[in-house]
Amino acid sequence: MRKHADLLFQLLSLATLLLALAALGALVYDIVSDGAGRLSWAFLNSYPSRNAENAGVYHALMGSIWVLALTAALALPVGVAAAIYLEEYGTRSRVAKFIELNIANLAAVPSIIYGLLGLGLFVRLMGMGQSVMAGAATLALLALPVVILSTREALRTVPNSIREGSYALGATKWQTIWNQVLPMATPGVLTGLILALSRAIGETAPLITIGALTYIPFAPDSVWSRFTVLPIQIFNWVSRPQADFHTNAAAAILVLLALLLTMNAIAIIVRDRYQRGVRA
Amino acid sequence: MSTRALEWIIERLLFLCAALSVLTTAGIIIVLAIETVAFLREVPLLDFLTGTEWTPLFANQQFGVLPLVVGTMLVSAIAMAVALPMGLLSAIYLSEYSPSGFRRVVKPVLELLAGVPTVVYGYFALTFVTPLLQQVFPTLSGFNALSPGLVMGLMILPLVSSLSEDAMRAVPQGLREGSYALGATRMQTALKVVVPAAFSGITAAFILAVSRAVGETMIVAIAAGQQPRLTGNPFVPIETMTAYIVQVSLGDTPQGTIEYRTIFAVGMLLFLMTFTLNLISTWLRERFREEYA
Amino acid sequence: MTTGGIRTVPASLAGVASTRPGQAPATLNTPIKIEVEGLNFYYGTKRALDGINIKIRQNLVTAFIGPSGCGKSTFLRTLNRMNDIIPATRVEGKVLIDDKSIYDSGVDVVALRRQVGMVFQKSNPFPKSIFENIAYGLRINGLTRSKAELADRVEESLKQAAIWEEVKDRLNESALALSGGQQQRLCIARALAIRPDILLMDEPASALDPIATQRIEELIYDLKKKYTIVIVTHNMQQAARVSDFTAFFWLGKLIEVDRTDRIFTAPAEKLTEDYVTGRCG
Repeated sequence: MRKHADLLFQLLSLATLLLALAALGALVYDIVSDGAGRLSWAFLNSYPSRNAENAGVYHALMGSIWVLALTAALALPVGVAAAIYLEEYGTRSRVAKFIELNIANLAAVPSIIYGLLGLGLFVRLMGMGQSVMAGAATLALLALPVVILSTREALRTVPNSIREGSYALGATKWQTIWNQVLPMATPGVLTGLILALSRAIGETAPLITIGALTYIPFAPDSVWSRFTVLPIQIFNWVSRPQADFHTNAAAAILVLLALLLTMNAIAIIVRDRYQRGVRA
Repeated sequence: MSTRALEWIIERLLFLCAALSVLTTAGIIIVLAIETVAFLREVPLLDFLTGTEWTPLFANQQFGVLPLVVGTMLVSAIAMAVALPMGLLSAIYLSEYSPSGFRRVVKPVLELLAGVPTVVYGYFALTFVTPLLQQVFPTLSGFNALSPGLVMGLMILPLVSSLSEDAMRAVPQGLREGSYALGATRMQTALKVVVPAAFSGITAAFILAVSRAVGETMIVAIAAGQQPRLTGNPFVPIETMTAYIVQVSLGDTPQGTIEYRTIFAVGMLLFLMTFTLNLISTWLRERFREEYA
Repeated sequence: MTTGGIRTVPASLAGVASTRPGQAPATLNTPIKIEVEGLNFYYGTKRALDGINIKIRQNLVTAFIGPSGCGKSTFLRTLNRMNDIIPATRVEGKVLIDDKSIYDSGVDVVALRRQVGMVFQKSNPFPKSIFENIAYGLRINGLTRSKAELADRVEESLKQAAIWEEVKDRLNESALALSGGQQQRLCIARALAIRPDILLMDEPASALDPIATQRIEELIYDLKKKYTIVIVTHNMQQAARVSDFTAFFWLGKLIEVDRTDRIFTAPAEKLTEDYVTGRCG
């Protein structure tokens, strides 16, 4: 009797797991079947239009790329610097512990709150307006905890014997970090960055809040120009009642997912190449 | 410049970058507080927190936030009803039953669920799940709390599963072996020994998941509707706190007006709720780590 | 086994220690390079070194022996202030190199480490090319002014460490591709590249096979013409083979230091005798 209960329970747990995976499969199937037909070179190259069939994602795609590149440029140096401080300089001091607490907390703040911060601070107070820069700054703050966490882990994988070898030659702390520790930690840092950017590319709420509009029929031409991004365009089209726009939304989702897959593939390639380079 | 001075400067710069996180937290609190205080000068706190009508964008402005809060709770409760049992069962399977090969393949796929952008989930909820549910419940409205709730549960499931699994794996093997030696089945061991031992870790995971659900925006913005309603009925349109902020941001609300300030007041409430939940979750996780470190 | 007051030590050790080529007692009287007075060392509140007094002579090899955990590696690391990296450590007493105290406030630790080089127990080449491993110390200390000079210095160090012939055709390959013994000689070359006066070696051959060990020992014998060498070893035969002076440590205290041949044939302290005869430790 007990063995029956155990078997049933095992099957139940497994079924639950498989149900979740099946739901994921349903999602993928649904989107592909809705949107794959709409995908075309013209779709990627057109601007939005009142006519669903003529509308494309070029402006949103460009907007996403601009914002993503700028977010990376902002988040990477600051995040790596913060991680270096916490891991190599400040360990165990009370200030360092307080900073770590803040980072852990920020990692769990809803992204829309970051949008409100961006609105009040970047858009209004610092006068950046509803620009690519304001969007990137907001997303950079959002990405920082992830970059910091994964950089710290990467720094930890560098064996202490390397640091000691460097110090024994008369190197200063920064020389040791810059010349030995950081190069060795680079694969982990890059994978962390790509992980953070993978989340950023799908962020919608904070960018809507800072004023990225849903109808911007042009691609950005500078960091100060107004913009929109793929997820917002998807949101825009999904919110329309006409089924044709829903098809567009599905196609745009496929573009977004393709971007995500590419980024993750790059992360894996980078990590593999670096590991091969380090070994003989 | 001497190397000593240069080293000192570099250390200060690195410190500033680390301290930015503190500045960010401060920034969030200050930005929210300034507008919330201005808002509360026009709307009494008690009216805000206990009023049952939320119509700041209409001619007859009412500022009772309860409909938004209840809307958020309703969707989150549905999400939790999906994510908690399914997540915990998945975790039990992966931790106590599954062969390691299976686990190595399935875990990353499960993590994929967490990596899908929420706007995609919103699309899925609106165009697939709602019509599907409407075939079962003909009274289900096009915008409702049930559909986004279920989809949100799916999205949060990997979080619950992976954190619960971590908690269960931290339980020493000796406890399991003691149970097996007494003749217990895996189910009995899992439910009567491992899960109770990992209880605070699992609870921490649950609370973190609730916090995630409360703060989620796009799924509800797309599929739940924009009608603030004080109700427990999952079949009708409602509005959550997060969806309201999006709604106003999409419009042309000028700065300095009370409508503009409402998004910060609601944002402050949201921040305080998630912050408290996160704090409790962290405290529980620390306690759990102390037990088994 | 004692015979009339002269304590005897296993023949193998005694034989090694007293018959080494061309080492007349007169040449052991070189100037004092390192002088340590009343050194106490603490890890937190735990005292790891107790009242160490020792004079280490120039251009000779001094070996530190003793059982594991007796403090010999800790003491070695106080000589180039490598213990500064470990948090919560404290030093009392004086360490003088060339009559200058190295623990005064205001001492440039970077310059100290240029003067006092170190080779570690487990070889730790950087995950870079062989050339870059040697060039690193030269670059960060700004010791060369041209690419040609850099290449010359790299070649010079690799020759000094007796590894040039083996690597001269593959300088741009990864250092991690070398064998264990080669990696250790590479680390020696790396330390020599910045032209220190003193070379500290912490059990340099303990992870190596006998043939590689022998090459390292021959190298040490050659190097002492130009450098002052301090070597920590748990292998007494090695100490007997390689060193001119031997210092015996026990539980954080320096029990005895003397010429190697005397330590291994007729030590003054009973504890020393017990240790070198294998009766304890």
